[in-house]
Amino acid sequence: MSVLTLTIDEHPVSAKPDETLLDIAHQNDIDIPTLCHLDGLIDVGACRLCLVEIEGSPKLMPACTTRPQEGMVVRTNTDRLKKYRKMIIELLASEGNHQCAVCVVNNHCELQNLAYAVGLVYVRFPYLYPKKTLDATQESYIIDRDRCVLCTRCVRVCSEVEGAHVWDVAGRGISCEIVADMNQMWGDSDACTSCGKCVMVCPTGALIKKGANVAEMEKETDFLKYIVTARQKQEWVGEYLKEH
Amino acid sequence: MQKVDSKPRVATVWLGGCSGCHMSFLDMDERLLELADRIRLVYSPLADVKEFPRDVDVTFVEGAVSNEENEHMAHIVRRNSRYVVSLGDCAVTGNVTALRNKHSNVEIIHRSYVELADKTPSLPIQFNTVAQLLPQARPLHEYVNVDAFLHGCPPTADQIWFAVNELLEGRVPVFSTIYLRYG
Amino acid sequence: MTVEELRAVAQREQLRKQNCKSRILTCQAAGCISCGSKETKDAIARGLKEQGLDKSTEVIGTGCMGLCGDGPLVIVEPEGTLYKQVDPLLGSRIVQEHLLNGNAITSHVIPPDDPFFASQQKIVLEHCGRISAERIEEYIAVGGYEALARVLTEYQPQQVVSEITKSGLRGRGGAGYPTGLKWGIVQKAVGDQKFVVCNADEGDPGAFMDRSVLEGDPHKILEGMAIAAYAVGSSQGYIYVRAEYPLAIERLRMAIKQAERFGLLGNRIFESKFNFRVDLRIGAGAFVCGEETALLKSIQGQRGTPRPRPPFPSESGLWGMPTLINNVETFANVPPIILRGSSWFASIGTPKSTGTKVFALAGKIKNTGLIEVPMGIPLRDIIFRIGGGTPEGTTFKAAQTGGPSGGCIPEEHLDLPVDYESLATVNSIMGSGGLIVMDSESRMVDVAKFFMEFSVDESCGKCIPCRVGTTHIHGLLEKISCGKATQEDLALLEELCVMVKETSLCGLGQSAPNPVLSTLRFFREEYTSVLKETERFIPSTSNEAATPHAS
Repeated sequence: MSVLTLTIDEHPVSAKPDETLLDIAHQNDIDIPTLCHLDGLIDVGACRLCLVEIEGSPKLMPACTTRPQEGMVVRTNTDRLKKYRKMIIELLASEGNHQCAVCVVNNHCELQNLAYAVGLVYVRFPYLYPKKTLDATQESYIIDRDRCVLCTRCVRVCSEVEGAHVWDVAGRGISCEIVADMNQMWGDSDACTSCGKCVMVCPTGALIKKGANVAEMEKETDFLKYIVTARQKQEWVGEYLKEH
Repeated sequence: MQKVDSKPRVATVWLGGCSGCHMSFLDMDERLLELADRIRLVYSPLADVKEFPRDVDVTFVEGAVSNEENEHMAHIVRRNSRYVVSLGDCAVTGNVTALRNKHSNVEIIHRSYVELADKTPSLPIQFNTVAQLLPQARPLHEYVNVDAFLHGCPPTADQIWFAVNELLEGRVPVFSTIYLRYG
Repeated sequence: MTVEELRAVAQREQLRKQNCKSRILTCQAAGCISCGSKETKDAIARGLKEQGLDKSTEVIGTGCMGLCGDGPLVIVEPEGTLYKQVDPLLGSRIVQEHLLNGNAITSHVIPPDDPFFASQQKIVLEHCGRISAERIEEYIAVGGYEALARVLTEYQPQQVVSEITKSGLRGRGGAGYPTGLKWGIVQKAVGDQKFVVCNADEGDPGAFMDRSVLEGDPHKILEGMAIAAYAVGSSQGYIYVRAEYPLAIERLRMAIKQAERFGLLGNRIFESKFNFRVDLRIGAGAFVCGEETALLKSIQGQRGTPRPRPPFPSESGLWGMPTLINNVETFANVPPIILRGSSWFASIGTPKSTGTKVFALAGKIKNTGLIEVPMGIPLRDIIFRIGGGTPEGTTFKAAQTGGPSGGCIPEEHLDLPVDYESLATVNSIMGSGGLIVMDSESRMVDVAKFFMEFSVDESCGKCIPCRVGTTHIHGLLEKISCGKATQEDLALLEELCVMVKETSLCGLGQSAPNPVLSTLRFFREEYTSVLKETERFIPSTSNEAATPHAS
């Protein structure tokens, strides 16, 4: 496979054609904020936080779905991008009911961390305070749609990794919601295996364990990388064949 | 009102909040003594002053704008203060006070004054003593311009101390990494 | 079917028409039907029967005749007399006085030199309102499927692509991407299967160009798609049409069935090796499904949300296969280009925007309806000569092209030629052809708010800037409109508009702020004049009151 060279933020870097700009940036310790992206899931380019500038292109491109090209000049941290990232977090903060003080993942929340990273001091847009629902019918977990940022990580992990496809998005625009099966209560879902992957990949307190108190829950997303890599390399198949 | 000395005139105001931010203010402990030397507290729930004075240099406002009295007060504060500072998450985002926004006012009042009452359940409306709730509790800056924001539920005493000192030095406090925290 | 058989059908049909003493064409497009043209048609048929003329005179229902504001429209042939506002009573009078006594009812006749028709040039709409949309024979009689026959018997696929390229045809869906280039990319793309998709998900408020073509001349679309399929190497086509167009769907179904029966769709068309099938896919009411990647997902049975491009559908479209997507009007231009040649087409319009464009005139204009004009015609001619200007007592203020994705064009730019590049210079777009006229009565903040409300409703919710941003843009416009906004709000509105434009995932989000940005550019004072003062600190030395007015 050929190797390409390109420039990211004045650093010359090398890349394989099938990598994304986000992969390459991370390999080179260049930080690009993300929300809908998660290693191990198929990227959808929805949150727009990882937008980068590419010289010669009038449009901003999402680093998570853009492939490198020879000689490409990429900028990830211009004033314009910083301003837009801050506005995206600002829009998210205004959209949901994110009362951090009473949230189970307070201090362990990706949205909170992003707000600090972009320096969100206050939200200039009127808070929408939507009337969202909470569903605690599942035996071990709760979905609290007040905290949902619609990153669709839960939808993707359930469909791509667990293979159950319990979650999907219903409605459109500002009234979009994550729903179980055909918009049923989560506890009534026959497809759900209670594996908890959706809970672990959720960046906020929208999907949580039952019984956890304010600021008690920490999410662990690394497991996904191991599962997906192991599947791709068919590692357990190798072990099995070795033994037999 | 005549100025009696040249000390900066500071006020604190308690809107729709739990007074936790004011508790945090008191948590400055021995630093309060130093503060007492340096400022004049002209209006506060901690001091017995009935009317909000004119020409206040800095006003710290705790709580969301939740009822008609809060809204009226917010405008009085803005017109009479050089700097208005949102004190704590309820003033900054609505926070816990805004949890009620999913429910109608009738539900809220009924829950508070009838369902949860121990002795004499009755709606407060008949006495006209409790200010009317606004349809939603909302952050202060949606009503009036705010000059600085102190985050946290509640903000820590250190945070408030930092802000007060910055303001007394004539700088609008900038809350970067350590003091920018929601919740 | 062979080419000879096709021509035989055409001859038979022409002969049949000649044997009719008169033909009465009644417009049966959605606009005229809504003002009673079905009843008019019935009344005419009844009248003919009563007078014993029903053997020698034919009554047919056609597609849109154009002047929708004056419907129901009726044409009497062979004279070609066009009647307006024909209610059932007038229908019977036409039979009595015009057909029987030979006297046209002049009070309702629109003269052939009426400026509404005189400045138009019809390619896409050439058969619209002239033939019955429900009989394939009528389409064949006016040269239908000749272009497909020629392509299949005389052209290599590459020649078709180069003919379209040379014609200079550009996508009529709005963006104006060169059609020949797109066809070439799909042709060269590698895939086991390729698809041709017709985007008939016309959803802009005030736009009805595609609907009129589908209702009036559905076979032209099928023929255009078949030619495209031959050029790019596809055997399967889909027409994605919105569910809100029941009549168009009905006529397309009928047309596909007839074409299959005649062997013009299916296997070994004109005894060549070329096979082509077309299926309908009905939308479920989402505007965003007009965006190509969302449309493809919807055809695949998934939730219609856009995805980032690249890869473009021409490389990876339906089920990952190379897919050609063109708009209805684009396909409708294909048969005439093949029949009359690319140089003929390229000679119409301007060098960079060739051919004609169909516009739907709506809003505060005298002649609402459907028109087709050569590219490069000044906007002023469209609005004042063809459209007849604004209603009595009002003056022109602005015209909106491109619907909720476009911008408004004020009086001072009315002499701008209508082509892709010129409209872009004033931050508007050609769009698919909706043209809404606003007069002196229109408040531009409310106009922007109207379009933004549409974008809020139609945002799919996938990306944050469009989902939340459009909601806040609408909220800020509302605040300005009711006089509660300050200078800071206006600045925030502008900042947010630019952000949503630059960061949204798909074309819908990227263009959603355009109506705000363009009204701000040309009518800024309508925004600033309703702003209120920001509340601020009032020192005691000032005479102003320190307590706010009771609100």
